[in-house]
Amino acid sequence: MLKRLTKLLQGIGSRMLERMWRLGAAARFFFYTMVYSGESLRRPQLIVREVYFTGVMSLIIILVSAFFVGMVLALQGYNTLQKYGSSDAIGVLVALSLVRELGPVVTALLFAGRAGTAITAEIGLMKATEQLSAMEMMAVSPIARVVAPRFWAGVISMPILATLFSMTGILGGYMVAVPLIGVDDGAFWSQMQANVDFKEDIVNGFIKSCVFGVACTLIALFEGYDAPPTAEGVSRATTRTVVISSLAVLGLDFVLTSFMLSP
Amino acid sequence: MERTTIDLWVGIFAAAGLAAMMGLAMKVGNLTTSGIGETYAVTAAFENIGGLKARAPVKSAGVVVGRVDGIRFDTKTYEAIVTIKIDKRYEFPKDTFASIYTSGLLGEQYVGLDAGGDTVALKNNDKIAHTQDAVVLEKMISQFLYNKASETGDTKSGDKKQVGEK
Repeated sequence: MLKRLTKLLQGIGSRMLERMWRLGAAARFFFYTMVYSGESLRRPQLIVREVYFTGVMSLIIILVSAFFVGMVLALQGYNTLQKYGSSDAIGVLVALSLVRELGPVVTALLFAGRAGTAITAEIGLMKATEQLSAMEMMAVSPIARVVAPRFWAGVISMPILATLFSMTGILGGYMVAVPLIGVDDGAFWSQMQANVDFKEDIVNGFIKSCVFGVACTLIALFEGYDAPPTAEGVSRATTRTVVISSLAVLGLDFVLTSFMLSP
Repeated sequence: MERTTIDLWVGIFAAAGLAAMMGLAMKVGNLTTSGIGETYAVTAAFENIGGLKARAPVKSAGVVVGRVDGIRFDTKTYEAIVTIKIDKRYEFPKDTFASIYTSGLLGEQYVGLDAGGDTVALKNNDKIAHTQDAVVLEKMISQFLYNKASETGDTKSGDKKQVGEK
């Protein structure tokens, strides 16, 4: 009995220690990325290439899902608002929920699934095939050459994708609300314009997406860089990227929202 | 060759992002009209502002003529001092009446200006003398209940008196 208990406690302790170890390693990794990013910022060609792979290639999934999210928001919102006789407020509902929450959050979740996994798998495979060690042998820092450009590309792409998501979602909501349901066109836009504030809503959503961009990209990069150099290790790292990124995005979203709504 | 196509796509991507930001700012957030051009500031003291907030609209005859710039509490008079910024194009006479209204039953609160008959116009940093406070729903309800209770209380005591007289 006592033996089992000690074993259990040992297991918990070693797991916690392992987590702390990884967290510390991630912090050190972030620090190195920052230190070496000056070097990679001097070669913007690398960043542009990565923006193409993380940002432009994610565009289709982001835009299509944004359109559907907007349409569903308008349908659901109309159903409820119409009971209270305020179906004109549908524009506000769609715009505020997209700009404040759904835009940054859903984009970050999709981004983690679409671009984050690709980054992890790529870097993990680079490590497994010893490309990273080869770079080190040639006195090329793999963090400056591989990691930092991807990091900055993710940080740049994420706010752009989130803004496009919000805009497309609003257009999707418009398509459902005005031609399909028959809400007045003028009321849709004017109510939206009267109640959406540029600083309070749009800029705060933009800040959120920047933070999510840093978090998602960093987690994907670290998991790839830290992955055991085997097929199984890379596959596990890819799974962890999605799980940890999603949890981090949702947790950070709560923290950021509570900061932004408090004053 | 491939590099240039990638550059092109990234350029289109960044331009689309910028365009979406502009679209959000102009079409959704209405940045264009919220920044009214040149304004002048006047203050008004209220005993109770209800749920009035900074940036709430200031309307006259239903037209937005300005915005609430700030609200602070005066510890000498124990009143709320509301600073209002009015568009330079609109001039109001000195005896203008400022009141706090609610749009709809549960809507947001705004400041309504009713022009008086004075020939002198309000200037920058003037104070509006005539104000009317916000209607606080709880106060009205409690007053109503109090009146009702005292009414029924009166009739009950009246009954007793009648009984006693008999």
